[in-house]
Amino acid sequence: MNKIFKNRYLILRRLSQFTILFLYFAANYWGWKILIGNLSFSKLFNTIPLTDPYAFLQMLFAGAIISSNLIIGLVVILLFYGIIGGRAYCSWVCPVNLITDLAAWVRRKTHHEKDNLLSAMKIKKFRYAFLVIMLIFSAVIGAAAYEFINPIGFFTRGVAFTLGFTWVWLLVIFIFDAFVLKNGWCGHICPVGATYALIGAKNLIRVYHTKDNCTNCGNCFAICPENQVLSPVITKKDDFIHGIECTNCGRCIEVCNDNALKFSLRNFIKGEKNEKNSSN
Amino acid sequence: MDRRTFLNNLIQLSAATTAAGAVVAGFAEENKDKPLTLRPPGALPEDEFIKTCIRCGLCVEACKNRDNKMIVNGKEIDTLFLAAPGDKAPIGTPFFIARTGPCFMCDDIPCMYACPTGALTPKECQNDKGEVAIDYAKMGVAAIDPSSCIAFWGLQCTACYRACPELDKAITIEWKQNKRTGKHAYRIPVLHEEYCTGCGMCEMACVTEKPAIKIFPREVFLGKAGDRYVKGWDVKDQQRVKKASTKTTTKTPWSKKNPIQNLNQGVNWNE
Ligand code: SF4
Ligand code: SF4
Ligand code: SF4
Ligand code: SF4
Ligand code: SF4
Repeated sequence: MNKIFKNRYLILRRLSQFTILFLYFAANYWGWKILIGNLSFSKLFNTIPLTDPYAFLQMLFAGAIISSNLIIGLVVILLFYGIIGGRAYCSWVCPVNLITDLAAWVRRKTHHEKDNLLSAMKIKKFRYAFLVIMLIFSAVIGAAAYEFINPIGFFTRGVAFTLGFTWVWLLVIFIFDAFVLKNGWCGHICPVGATYALIGAKNLIRVYHTKDNCTNCGNCFAICPENQVLSPVITKKDDFIHGIECTNCGRCIEVCNDNALKFSLRNFIKGEKNEKNSSN
Repeated sequence: MDRRTFLNNLIQLSAATTAAGAVVAGFAEENKDKPLTLRPPGALPEDEFIKTCIRCGLCVEACKNRDNKMIVNGKEIDTLFLAAPGDKAPIGTPFFIARTGPCFMCDDIPCMYACPTGALTPKECQNDKGEVAIDYAKMGVAAIDPSSCIAFWGLQCTACYRACPELDKAITIEWKQNKRTGKHAYRIPVLHEEYCTGCGMCEMACVTEKPAIKIFPREVFLGKAGDRYVKGWDVKDQQRVKKASTKTTTKTPWSKKNPIQNLNQGVNWNE
């Protein structure tokens, strides 16, 4: 029982990720009308459109005529992640997260967390530059350029439609994350995750840290796929994890044995006060 | 971080992203250029289609769950697929393979109406009067290879003719005497592109080992006579002359010379 509680968010996340994949599959194979399509565009209950914001941006740059369906779908997504979810897409929805989490797990089990063929620091901001450059290239080639290699699209289409050689792409990501660069794909490259980080910069649900409970054990740093967001807060002040790259996965909350972390609603005025207090 | 390291990092970052971006863009450019891809009914012209299709698969889902399911030898025939890596179509976009899964030309065109982006649109599936129907789809055009079509050998076939949903319009049968035997007839299939939807039923039905009738995207197979040539016997076609854009630049000037001086210039007749 305790074990389930210790992994409550992990279990819920996997449930959410697999349910989404299952519904896409069921839509195509049995005609269920709950969630049709894939993660570039879907229809919820056959009515509510959901648009991937980065695919939308690429289409815009490629010079496509944008339909009203896509715009409505974009607004729904912006509202949901902008107000509530933050970057939750990455840890609660995206199936590539299953692979990169597995790679991170293999890394932890084989104790080579620090062995990176590439230097992580230099390319920390790579994803944002990559996001922009893919938009420019979309305009140049007249098609959504990143969609030709987007593993999220590969994965969801592979499950719902045809698999083909999709697994090769996914294997490459696994190997890259497990052996080349820690959290390499989601933490350094994926422009979709970067887009959601920007969209969710000001959302409400965030992890809150209570300084007095913290024993500086480092568990949260070890598990967090984006641990640069923890450094400004953990052991330093009572505050929310404001870093936009936090995926709201809740792993830090689960591994913290000292009750120093919890999900909470971010209130901006209070948050700023906290910052002032701690700097005094 | 001082200014120098900052600049250094910035340069490295830009170099890395440009390199990575160029690789991806190169791959995308290569991958999007698959001219033999057959698209669902109502698809925009290919260069517009590839921009507009978000690769959601709603069309594929609608096709898979359509009303007029076709079952051959106990196996349900799927028409549309979303291209996975390794398929002969740009990754993620819908296509069909006529030989194994032709379009069954559903009256309600569920695939087209399912498309949320307008990559499939009734505007590309209508006649001159603006009436939308599956019969006005232009998914491709069928072409016959007379060297392997057994009807051209003098054998009895007409499989494609009978499979065609645009019966007696897209394919007609032309009767000709078989001079080799002297007492038999050739029954030759003849295509009429203006009625052909490119559905591919004929290709699926074709009895030869490799189909003698195949579907090609229209822009791949069809030629264009241009403004220089007009069907003089066709009143409608004659109108094209008025809009002719081809300028004739080479003009042979009217020769002022006498033919005797001109044509036999420099010739000395033997006496
Ligand atoms: S970073 Fe990208 S691949 Fe990773 S979980 Fe987020 S969206 Fe998915
Ligand atoms: S896991 Fe908890 S106690 Fe340990 S460093 Fe993180 S917040 Fe502090
Ligand atoms: S019209 Fe053709 S492509 Fe469209 S749903 Fe019917 S069979 Fe499929
Ligand atoms: S429904 Fe439209 S946008 Fe979606 S895959 Fe089909 S053609 Fe593309
Ligand atoms: S593709 Fe073949 S079967 Fe379909 S309309 Fe054209 S000739 Fe007829």
